[in-house]
Amino acid sequence: MDYRTVPSVCIYCGCGCGMLLEVLDGKPVGLLADKGHPVNEGRLCIKGWHALEHAMHAERLTTPLIRGKGGSFEEASWDDALDLVAGRLSAIKKDSGPDSLAVLTSAKCTNEENYVLMKFARAALGTNNVDHCARL
Amino acid sequence: MKEEVRRLLSEKEVAGFLGLRRDERGAVVPHLFTLENIDEVESLVVEEDQRYSPGKILLKIVAAHPGEKIGVMARGCDERALIELHKRNQLNLDDIVILGVACTRALAEKCRCPLPFPSKIAHGEKVEGVTGREELEAIEKLVEDERFRSWMESFSKCLKCQGCRSVCPLCYCPECGLAEESIIRHGEVPPEFPVFHLARALCLAGRCIDCGACEEACPADIPLRKLSKRMQEIMKELFDYVPGMSPDDNNPLSFTGDAEALKRLGGVIAAMKEEG
Repeated sequence: MDYRTVPSVCIYCGCGCGMLLEVLDGKPVGLLADKGHPVNEGRLCIKGWHALEHAMHAERLTTPLIRGKGGSFEEASWDDALDLVAGRLSAIKKDSGPDSLAVLTSAKCTNEENYVLMKFARAALGTNNVDHCARL
Repeated sequence: MKEEVRRLLSEKEVAGFLGLRRDERGAVVPHLFTLENIDEVESLVVEEDQRYSPGKILLKIVAAHPGEKIGVMARGCDERALIELHKRNQLNLDDIVILGVACTRALAEKCRCPLPFPSKIAHGEKVEGVTGREELEAIEKLVEDERFRSWMESFSKCLKCQGCRSVCPLCYCPECGLAEESIIRHGEVPPEFPVFHLARALCLAGRCIDCGACEEACPADIPLRKLSKRMQEIMKELFDYVPGMSPDDNNPLSFTGDAEALKRLGGVIAAMKEEG
C-alpha cells in the first residue's frame, strides 16, 4: 500500500500552475491543486483539473509514428524518427536554403526548452523564423 | 501525533496512515505513511493551514485495498465528511482509525467553521467555533431583485473548471449530473447560470458538511459558502438533519428502498395517475 503525491506543473498554458499528482501503488490515480504553489495557491482551471485524463488515455501515443509506404502511420523507435527528421531538415536546408524552414515553440514548454528551440533554429538551422504557438 | 502514528503502524493496527507531510520543497501535501517507509513519519505535520480532504483520497485508497484498516488524521470537517461517506456506503468507519485534530481559533475563523473539532481529539485544544453567517446575513438583507442580481453576477464569473466538484469530499458519484448534456449543455463557458450552480447545490443538500473546500478552490471567487450554509440551515429547519454529525441518524433525502418507503412511493404514483 503506497500513496504519495508528486509535485508537477500543468502543461496547458504559460501560467505554470502547480499540481500534485496522486500516485497510488506506483500508478497516477488523480491530481490535486497544489495549495503550496505560489502561482495558483490551490486553484486550477478546467483544463488543469482534467490534465491527468490524457496521461493514462488508451489512445495516447507512446511511441513516434512514421508514415509508411502505404500512407499509414507505423510505430517507430526514437532513433529512427529523429534520424528521419534530421535527414529531411538537412535536405530541405540544402535544397531550398535555411529560410525555407521555421520553428514553432510552445507555451507548454518551459522557458529553458523554448530557449533551446530558439537556439536550434538560429544556430543549427540558420534561420530567424521562430514563432510561438500563442500567435498562431 | 508522530509517536501515535509510529505505534499504529509498528503494531500493525493500521496498514497505512493518511496525513499531511512537509515535502522536499517545504510544501504541505497529503501522504500515506506506512511501516515500509516509517522514517517518513518524521516529516508528518499537524498544525498547518492547508486542508486536503482526506475522505476523497481515502476513497481511492480503499478502492484499491478493500477491507484494510487505514488510519487518518482528521479535523472536524474531515471527520464529518468521513461519517457522511460511511452513511452513504462509500467508506466503512469500522476500517478507519481516526486521529482527531482540533483546529486553532485562527483557522476556525478563516474557515468560518462553527465546529472546529472532531468528536475525539488526539491533538490540539478545543476552541469555540464561529457561526460564519455574516456574509449570508448581508445578502439576506437585500431585496429580492438585488439578491438575485448579486447571485447572477457571481455565477456569471464561473469558468466551469469544476474545481468545486473536484475537491468536494462528498462528490463521489461515478457519473455526475454536471456532465449530463440534458442538464448542462456541453462546451459553454460560463455554464448556463444559475442552473449549473443550483443543480450542484441541490445535489449536495443533505450531504454538504459545509467544509468550504469548494469556495477555497474556486478561481472566480464565487461565494459558494453562502449557498452551502443556507442549505445546511434549511436541512436543519425542515428535517432536523445535520450532515456528518452522527453515523446513526438516517439521511432524510436518501431513498432506502425498504418496504415502507416503496409502499409510500407506490401510493404517490397511484395518486398522480388518478389525477392524470
